[in-house]
Amino acid sequence: MTDPMTRRPFSPARAADPASPAPPRAVPAPAAEGQPAVRSIPGSGTARRHVLVAVVNNRPGVLNRVANLFRARNFNIESLAVGHTERPDVSRMTITLRGDDVAVEQVAKQLYKLIDVLKVQDVTAEPRIEHELALIKVRATNSTRSEVLKIVELYKGRVVDVAADSVIVEATGTEDEIDALVALVGGFGIREMVRTGTTVMVRGPQVVEYEGVAK
Amino acid sequence: MTMTRRATGRHLPGAGTPEASAVEHARAGMLQEARPRGRTRIGADVVCEALLRQGVDVFFGYPGGVILPLYDVLGDYPELRHVLVRHEQGAAHAADGYARATGKVGVCLGTSGPGATNLVTGIGTAMLDSVPMVAITGNVAAALLGKDAFQEIDITGITLPMTKHNYLVRDANDLPHVFAEAFHIARTGRPGPVHIDITKDALQQETQARHPDEEAVLAAIPGFRPTIEGHPRQLRVAAKLIDEASRPVILAGHGILLAQAWDQLREFAEKTQIPVTHTLLGVGAIDETHPLSYGYMGMHGWKHVNRAIQSSDLLIALGMRFDDRVTGKVSTYATGAKIVHVDIDPAEVGKNVSVDVPIVGDVGRVLAALTPRVAEKRPEDRATYFAELAEWRRESESRSWHGSGAWRGGLLSADYVIEQIGAATDHDATLVADVGQNQMWMARYAGYRRPNSHISSGGLGTMGFGLPAAMGAAVGRPDKETWAICGDGGFQMTLQELATLVQDHIPVKIAVLDNNKLGMIRQWQELIYAGNYHSSHLLGPDFLKLADAYGIPAFRATTPDDVPQAIAAARAVDGPALVHFRIADEQNVFPMMPAGKGLSDLIEEWGGADE
Ligand SMILES: Cc1ncc(C[n+]2csc(CCOP(=O)(O)OP(=O)(O)O)c2C)c(N)n1
Repeated sequence: MTDPMTRRPFSPARAADPASPAPPRAVPAPAAEGQPAVRSIPGSGTARRHVLVAVVNNRPGVLNRVANLFRARNFNIESLAVGHTERPDVSRMTITLRGDDVAVEQVAKQLYKLIDVLKVQDVTAEPRIEHELALIKVRATNSTRSEVLKIVELYKGRVVDVAADSVIVEATGTEDEIDALVALVGGFGIREMVRTGTTVMVRGPQVVEYEGVAK
Repeated sequence: MTMTRRATGRHLPGAGTPEASAVEHARAGMLQEARPRGRTRIGADVVCEALLRQGVDVFFGYPGGVILPLYDVLGDYPELRHVLVRHEQGAAHAADGYARATGKVGVCLGTSGPGATNLVTGIGTAMLDSVPMVAITGNVAAALLGKDAFQEIDITGITLPMTKHNYLVRDANDLPHVFAEAFHIARTGRPGPVHIDITKDALQQETQARHPDEEAVLAAIPGFRPTIEGHPRQLRVAAKLIDEASRPVILAGHGILLAQAWDQLREFAEKTQIPVTHTLLGVGAIDETHPLSYGYMGMHGWKHVNRAIQSSDLLIALGMRFDDRVTGKVSTYATGAKIVHVDIDPAEVGKNVSVDVPIVGDVGRVLAALTPRVAEKRPEDRATYFAELAEWRRESESRSWHGSGAWRGGLLSADYVIEQIGAATDHDATLVADVGQNQMWMARYAGYRRPNSHISSGGLGTMGFGLPAAMGAAVGRPDKETWAICGDGGFQMTLQELATLVQDHIPVKIAVLDNNKLGMIRQWQELIYAGNYHSSHLLGPDFLKLADAYGIPAFRATTPDDVPQAIAAARAVDGPALVHFRIADEQNVFPMMPAGKGLSDLIEEWGGADE
């Protein structure tokens, strides 16, 4: 029998995996002369941005379970994008959030407690493609339109709709790239914008693997 | 395209469509007459078959419109005992008490809408204490879902965050699988409640669906594979720390009882000669008369126990989760100790405190694997440590007992009452606490020797738990005497179940510790809110007359001498009985760690009165 724990490691940190014991975290520091020792509180370390991939059963209510877990557990997520995969019975979520490694590990462990969650992987340390899609309706009159188009071209965006006094710009790229484009066209006036949230895929042959899927 | 509302028919949105006729049909079905006898197999039969296949012999429930198809077939399954409660909250707590007393999955049942919402407190109570439970509710016919039909509520939306998993079943063909999965999930890994909501038409629908075998159940839930065995490398690291520690302490939690790992715990403790302390829900994990049993930790734990923890160099946490009632302020918690944490739920490890050696697995299996790896110790090896612990214990216990039985003003002291109940029942009865001071006294003073003989709502702290949970415990363990120990406040929250005790011949003995107060609230107001006693004085009924109205023999004790006699009288009754103990109004539970403070900041006395 394979060790069930190694079947769903929380990679790459594998901090939850007893196979590679985490370096002792927050061992009470030896008390400095005259100072009482203090036990550190999990999750109180330095926060940074993490990107998690969650593979889940494609069933009614699963998104609700995940979203509800974030709310109930007081986890602050920055974005959540969900969609179909190569398998019709499986959906995939990309979750971006800020926290220290322990806090993010706790998010993953809580996600695993949902029966419909098949795999959680932290890809923060992996080389990856991280893209989102944005549609931006920018004010564009006869006098400004060409300037708008020039900026959009520069940022590898696409104009997908043109009306008398506005254009719809479609852009894909990293959050930062889209932020930059938004800042630039912002000067002309943004009438409406929608962004999908980040989706991610690890570069190279590596894939997010999971075992078995509910029938 | 813009979506606009479009009138398509006179009566129903989308009239004439298949959806609309389904709604019409479902509405008519709400008033339909009972199904004629001489019948085919329907969803309701599948439910009963599934319960029997899972070894359920009794469940607790309350009927209503949409669940009636199930009640309609229950008579055909005489092996399934249904206990009709007086309020659905009682059904959930009874299923919970049954599960805690027996180690089996408890089952409760309610109708849609208010029946379902009444179950919620009991489901939440089971969730916070990891109690295996399956809660079943009916819902309106599938076509009416989302239409605010009569007694429709989104109950799966409500139970989602307080169950291990939940289901909404609209097709009878799904019932065999859902029930098999639900029981598997409820009892496997870290136990917990699973809720199954079934539409009325699914209960009435004909079906030939077969019950799945275990393999098929596992294949259907690949996302649920709890880790059972501890990882060998972690066991090695833990064994080394254990061998090297000079002031080790075991923290035994509810996990020991849930995993039925009391023998493994004792063997491990005896081999290593490590004292065993326990959480509120870990009472009974070790026989309190065992030389290595050191006692109850935390907010209302013994001072000597908290002292031992604070001065430890190695805490071995077994099936417990470092709840705030256990640690107090985390930053000052056992700052000199390394922590080995064994739990079957990986999310508990490193959640509340940082630990040095996490071991995920079933605590019984982990201990069985760990014990051969640790060095054998003799009591002499720990002579200085044990001498100090013994001294601390003598000191702290001598401050907290009232051997005389009377407290200030001559009224009964609660610790004496509890101690007498423990002694009279030979420390073998199942004692079920309500919530408040009574709960803390019951945990501290009865003396427990048997696993699962102490039952208490720890995580949610649900007042009203005691009586119905005792009802379930008594049904589950008819071979053991069962007592409900309640405050006058909590008892008045669910006392309607007295009638259930009578109607179903459930011989629960009830101790009402009547201090005329919401005692624990009054204590906090005295100690933390400068004596501002708002809304903690509580008027109660004449409890003897009340019991009499239900046909339950009742006795009263107001002086220490009355106590053994009243207990004996209640025990002599063949059936339920009640004892009204008029205890002191203002006795406090000491020691107490004020919320937000650390384990070393115990209050031991107040206003010069030792308690
Ligand atoms: C359902 C519920 N409501 C409120 C509380 C808060 N609470 C905790 S203890 C307590 C007082 C309990 O009084 P009583 O039942 O008389 O028991 P005593 O403390 O006097 O033993 C209250 C109100 C609770 N735990 N549960």
